[in-house]
Amino acid sequence: MTVRRLAWALALPIALFVLWDLAVRQRWVVEGIIPAPAQVAAAWYTWIFGTATTSLSPYSGTWLANVAHSTRRVIEGFLLAAALGIPLGVFIGWNRAVARAVDPSIQMLRPIPITAWLPFAIAVFGIYDASARFLIGLGAFYPIVVNTTHGVRDTNLLLLRAARMLGAGPAAVLFKVVFRSALPSIFTGLRLGIGVAWTAVIVAEMIAVKSGLGYVLWDAYYVGRMDICVATMFSVGLLGFLSDQVILRASRVALRWRALEAHG
Amino acid sequence: MAPAVELRGVAKEFAARGRHVVAVESIDLAVAHNEFAAILGPSGCGKSTLLNMVAGFERPTRGQVLVEGEPVQAPHPGRAVVFQEAALFPWYTVLDNIAFGPRTRGTPAAQYRPRIDTLLDVMGLRGFERHYPAELSGGMKQRVGLARVLIMEPAVLLMDEPFGSLDAQTRSVMQELLLTVWERRQQTVLFITHDIEEALLLADTVSVMTARPGRIKTRIAVDLPRPRSLEVTTSPRFNDLKRRLLALVREDTFNPGADHAPRAR
Repeated sequence: MTVRRLAWALALPIALFVLWDLAVRQRWVVEGIIPAPAQVAAAWYTWIFGTATTSLSPYSGTWLANVAHSTRRVIEGFLLAAALGIPLGVFIGWNRAVARAVDPSIQMLRPIPITAWLPFAIAVFGIYDASARFLIGLGAFYPIVVNTTHGVRDTNLLLLRAARMLGAGPAAVLFKVVFRSALPSIFTGLRLGIGVAWTAVIVAEMIAVKSGLGYVLWDAYYVGRMDICVATMFSVGLLGFLSDQVILRASRVALRWRALEAHG
Repeated sequence: MAPAVELRGVAKEFAARGRHVVAVESIDLAVAHNEFAAILGPSGCGKSTLLNMVAGFERPTRGQVLVEGEPVQAPHPGRAVVFQEAALFPWYTVLDNIAFGPRTRGTPAAQYRPRIDTLLDVMGLRGFERHYPAELSGGMKQRVGLARVLIMEPAVLLMDEPFGSLDAQTRSVMQELLLTVWERRQQTVLFITHDIEEALLLADTVSVMTARPGRIKTRIAVDLPRPRSLEVTTSPRFNDLKRRLLALVREDTFNPGADHAPRAR
């Protein structure tokens, strides 16, 4: 990134930070509810690097453990969603009978927000990781399956014919043409899915388990630690951004041929 | 011996936007072994439909499509197709596109590697092995499209206006390349085109199709000496044949109503 582009990218966030700081200092907002940026930074620092002896805060030094909990749940739920969503999406997109049998159910279940599944998840899986896994997996599953289906259906007829006349059987057509052709859409689904997974993990941890960033967020709110709440929000945003970057990088490697297309 | 390709009373009808369309009607055609047969016709006359039926992509509504005396059931590498748009797999390199057929059929690499090597040289693709289709010009893409079917050593080569979307210069180069390849190793070719000069330059016979519903109107033998090159297009005999074909095609273009038929590709 050039210096100029970096400057443009940073201008708005810096302005927002200044505005935030001013709002707290000038008491434009009700005093004591919204912490100043410096206060959040200090709380975040203690949360990450503090030890039980140097600070009285119960959050001291627990950041990494909570991040690990949340990240592990996101990865587990996301992988589950991908492992089910991609093959199912390929079958729905490829086979009309499967589409007729399965697609209407998916379309009917999809509008139910994952938050609405919370009581059901807790009733069935209890206050355990399984609840979180279920909610995250379900949330990420929809965008993955829908985009995979879409990508498969978009496969160019000419490429299918080309593969068949070159002697490709159904399996080769599916793996070497249909799947490869759907890959850009599948990656779109994965990126949307990881976003939903972070939403779902916060919701799940607020209620269905007793650890992780979502749990800390709700706990800090209850005890009036708004600085920790804001630090948690930033943490989730950062993790969401990083995980999206990981998928984006992976897609650039897998779809190298497509980058060339854009420039050609 | 049965002809390499034979169509007997073939008709193809389909529904397009609720309308019943007759694409081709009562087509009778026989292509001998090692014959380079061109099918010449205006756009929308159903000549691609005809090729698609020989390829096994589409089934005739009536009649029979036979290759080596056997009815065509499904696509097969023995009837390999070069499409108008090269239809290369964009996620594979040039090398992987050419190797697609042999690899998919489980041919050992030791067997097809030497053939790829030869084809890379013949097709002028040396140095482009690791390129992706997106990095190639239209002419280069079509060279790969030709190489990937030649490696299958098809009994019948089906070409659907393969040079139709190339610029004039590139088209001439590709026509000469095809002539060289074909004259070195003669094989049965069914070549679809709307370009009279292209048909005369390349083919042994030219079958002229009428506008929709497509029928084969006439078939003329191209008695130009081989080996041919682009120079042949300036010979008096070439011009005689061209005049004849022009007259045949023109009759049809001015036929009122022919233009109103919906076009299907």
